[in-house]
Amino acid sequence: MAAASAAHRHSKRCRLSPVPLDSLADELLFLVLDRVAAADPRALKSFALASRACHAAESRHRRVLRPLRADLLPAALARYPSVSRLDLSLCARVPDAALAAVPSSLRAVDLSRSSGFGAAGIAALARTCPGLADLDLSNGVHLGDAAAAEVARMRKLQRLSLSRCKQVTDMGLGCVAVGCTDLRDLSLKWCIGITDLGLNLLALKCTKLTTLDLSYTMITKESLLSIIKLTNLQVLTLVGCIGIDDDALSSLEKEYSKSLQVLDMSHCQNVTDVGVSSIVKSIPNLLELNLSYCCPVTPSMVRSLQKVSKLQTLKLEGCKFMADGLKAIGSSCVSIRELSLSKSAGVTDTELSFAVSKLKNLLKLDITCCRNITDVSVVSITRSCTSLISLRMESCSHVSSGALQLIGKHCSQLEELDLTDSDLDGEGLKALTGCTNLSSLKIGICLRISDEGLTHIGKSCPKLRDIDLYRCGSISDDGVIQIAQGCPMLESINLSYCTELTDRSLMSLSKCTKLNTLEIRGCPRISSAGLSEIAMGCRLLSKLDIKKCCEINDVGMLYLSQFSHALRQINLSYCSVTDIGLLSLSSICGLQNMTIVHLAGITPNGLIAALMVCGGLTKVKLHEAFKAMMPLHMLKNVEARGCMFQWINKPFKVLYIFFQPACLPLRYV
Amino acid sequence: MDRGQNHIHGQSAANLCYQFGSDNPLLGMGIQQPFVPFTSPFGASSSTNIPHMDWNPATMLDNLTFIEDKIRQVKDVIRTMVDNGGQLPCRQGDLTQQQQVVNADLTCLIVQLISTAGSLLPSLKNSSFLSHPPAGHMDTVNHVGSSSSFIPNVTTISEENKEDMCSPEDYEELFKGFTDGAMEGGIEIDNVFVEEQDAKDGDEGGDASMDGENLPPGSYELLQLEKDEILAPHTHFCSICGKGFKRDANLRMHMRGHGDEYKSPAALAKPPRDASAEHELVKRYSCPFVGCKRNKLHKNFQPLKTILCVKNHYKRSHCEKSYTCSRCHTKKFSVMADLKTHEKHCGRDKWLCSCGTSFSRKDKLFAHVALFQGHTPALPADEPKNSSDQISRVGSHQEPAKFPSSMSSSFMWGTSSSDDRGLDIKGLAGCSEDILSTGNFGSFNFSFGPADGFTGEPSGSTFSVLPPEHFQSAQKKGKN
Repeated sequence: MAAASAAHRHSKRCRLSPVPLDSLADELLFLVLDRVAAADPRALKSFALASRACHAAESRHRRVLRPLRADLLPAALARYPSVSRLDLSLCARVPDAALAAVPSSLRAVDLSRSSGFGAAGIAALARTCPGLADLDLSNGVHLGDAAAAEVARMRKLQRLSLSRCKQVTDMGLGCVAVGCTDLRDLSLKWCIGITDLGLNLLALKCTKLTTLDLSYTMITKESLLSIIKLTNLQVLTLVGCIGIDDDALSSLEKEYSKSLQVLDMSHCQNVTDVGVSSIVKSIPNLLELNLSYCCPVTPSMVRSLQKVSKLQTLKLEGCKFMADGLKAIGSSCVSIRELSLSKSAGVTDTELSFAVSKLKNLLKLDITCCRNITDVSVVSITRSCTSLISLRMESCSHVSSGALQLIGKHCSQLEELDLTDSDLDGEGLKALTGCTNLSSLKIGICLRISDEGLTHIGKSCPKLRDIDLYRCGSISDDGVIQIAQGCPMLESINLSYCTELTDRSLMSLSKCTKLNTLEIRGCPRISSAGLSEIAMGCRLLSKLDIKKCCEINDVGMLYLSQFSHALRQINLSYCSVTDIGLLSLSSICGLQNMTIVHLAGITPNGLIAALMVCGGLTKVKLHEAFKAMMPLHMLKNVEARGCMFQWINKPFKVLYIFFQPACLPLRYV
Repeated sequence: MDRGQNHIHGQSAANLCYQFGSDNPLLGMGIQQPFVPFTSPFGASSSTNIPHMDWNPATMLDNLTFIEDKIRQVKDVIRTMVDNGGQLPCRQGDLTQQQQVVNADLTCLIVQLISTAGSLLPSLKNSSFLSHPPAGHMDTVNHVGSSSSFIPNVTTISEENKEDMCSPEDYEELFKGFTDGAMEGGIEIDNVFVEEQDAKDGDEGGDASMDGENLPPGSYELLQLEKDEILAPHTHFCSICGKGFKRDANLRMHMRGHGDEYKSPAALAKPPRDASAEHELVKRYSCPFVGCKRNKLHKNFQPLKTILCVKNHYKRSHCEKSYTCSRCHTKKFSVMADLKTHEKHCGRDKWLCSCGTSFSRKDKLFAHVALFQGHTPALPADEPKNSSDQISRVGSHQEPAKFPSSMSSSFMWGTSSSDDRGLDIKGLAGCSEDILSTGNFGSFNFSFGPADGFTGEPSGSTFSVLPPEHFQSAQKKGKN
């Protein structure tokens, strides 16, 4: 790999040297660079290293900046002058001073995962970037009305997120409403300090709003009317609004919103089918309706959906289906493309069969945890909905393996298939050979599948990006090797508790260069040798779970620290890693999330040193015993940088339990 | 008749002038000398002020003669009214000119009767006078003394002479003298008691329409008090000394000073409500200000419910706002109670607009902001501006700069620069998705990406083990 990289660099230089880069127009050069970056995320870096001109061109090209730490910001901004989007989501702490130093060309700033700044920082941002159009202040639990008042100075703001800014009240929202009249997209999710007063003012002043998220706010009927009246509103999200009830919805009866296309009222516990029936009359152009965990599905309510002739997506997760409710969907909502019934009660074979027989255009169907359905439903699904691209039927355990074979035979357009916890066997996987577009396949806890079945997948599904083989205890290295060889696009693989797997699997997976997520929890035969191959081969690896891989030791960590610079998240519990491995690991400065529980070789000193070195940490899980052993001021110091500790108090489990898959608890319930 | 009326005006005005002007500090509790300012209220023959007239039998006889005379006149007037009564319509709005003249006469006579009879009282020292009033219209007069209430007095008159004295508008003359006297004397009248009572009794605004008691015209008796009547500072007058009070309770307390007979429980008790009041017609009031919505001539006339409503309405709507808030010096009120209410909240208007207007209620502010383009809610200036200061202090007080470097170097066993270079030569390090992530290996910084290698620019990103707190505090120091 090292040689390849060097050759890469060399060839670029050779190619570019006869033609001076300066003679190439920037526009053309940028088009080239865009393509290069799309093909290989690391290629731009190689390009920048080729020459001064390349370096300068790369500097001019970059539009999006995502620094790892706020203290790198001044240098990064100096290098990339034409950056228009600044994503600080990796910087746990962003001081006010850092925000004051940004260039005025910025159009978008993302502070959704940052803390440490206040109203003063936002004021500085508003001063230096008057043209800012997109600002994300989500999770700003420390931001209050003062910050909102500073936001209001950004007159050209079009998109603003104040999610979980719980201290913002009507006063702050009033400032924003008056100041940012150009707003198109506003999220006030979890802004529990906001009441109808502020929302009414918002609806009055910000008439250009197209997307509004009011989830978990205190909105009631007092302001719902003025919100619905917004002439440009297309997407309205009202998740978990307890103030929205049938009374509020029926008060809208005489109003019409021609623009509203997406309405999400999931988890509105005070809404019943009567309220839904009355509001759908007001929104004739609705495309998507989400009533998950909201109300019982009655035939009369579903029939009222007939008035919404363009409805394409209907989500009824966790709803209780009354008799004939599902049948009514088949007869009333003929236009829908996407139907979600996951975790709903009352879904029976007869009703589901009837519904899907009418919905021949269905593209996506989610019947997760509809435990009563049997082969009858699957037969009618596969018979009528042949154009399905997504089918999720996790935990439909009454469906036999024979019926599952029908899925592969009839639904050849499938891109996403979830058969977790089913009776799937090798024949079922063989039937999937027709689904060449398959990109996501979740077949965890399918204990009957074997290497032979995986061979079929490996041979016929070259576009596979995501495969979940959780607890498929009967597969071995050969099956994984077939997947790794046949699916070069693989980005994510879950091999947890596939206890037969050895380092050979990882060696083959190391050829999947796009792999970014690897879960090999509870694979006791995998050692540092396999992990080192992964580290060297899969340079984009960002999520790694090696919990209970007790053969993995410091050597694996050393390789990770040297090669896996993209690593963001790691779970090390029960491994044989010591202070040395941990410290080398902590040199990966992008590391944000660590779980370090039950490691015999870790001492408090080593732990605190690793925590101090690793500046970008945002979340660390540690055993509670360490809390007393580490100096408090050190912990405070780490916390002050934006890191959050989670103290685990579970007893140490003896590891031989993982060789007995029969008695394992089920993860997918 | 006119002559007498004018005379009495002048006379009583002069009396009051003297009364208030001379020994007003004592008057507040002037029980010991209630007779000092007393003067003869009647005609030219007895126009001189006699300080101790109460013991002068001649004067008393004169007075009695005068009263007899007046009673006879009153009887005459009533008789003429009774004669014409059949032809007169009972509706207030149709009062004829003639009736008004008659009423004016009657008013004048009764005022004279009251004054004279009052002057007799101290000399008679007869409490039975109160309990057994003379027949006829003297009973009207006596109400001044017995019930000690101006307002019931008016209503008594009007109910007794319902058919001929339907409108009380002419009673303005009745107390004009008192009012004028007060005005001329320049007495600053303390309104507090009445005003507080007013406040309790509520607002006059929209009474008739709001409480659903929207009586159709004609189903109630409409009364209209005149301006001076409304603005009269006192409504209860001592029948002995003429001193005015706002409350009849106060008057009863005052009366105790006039003798033991006023100290009996019966005399001190609150006068019982007239039992016949329940049967009488509901009363509504009209504002004397022509053009006002509360004026009976207005197209959409809405009557006022009580006299208190009339008073408050008239003061609020048609009088100068003379009470200024002592705190903000901007808000003005014409009703003292309004000022008191305002002063309770003045300075605590926490809902501010960018235009400088402040509101006591949030919804008022938002209505204001919604109404005016460009106005925005303003936050109070004393609010702590930066909450992040507190957060950063948590970390900064530990002096992160003193992180033991020896400790860190001892841990960074595998990260010596030579080690790194070795890796770099192999081309293994320094390739990651994000160019910015390459600079840091272990706790030691080599460079900021590959940039330094080519441009030779000073490594702006040199950082150490120190947490960002250090960076932040350094920034802060620089700012300060």
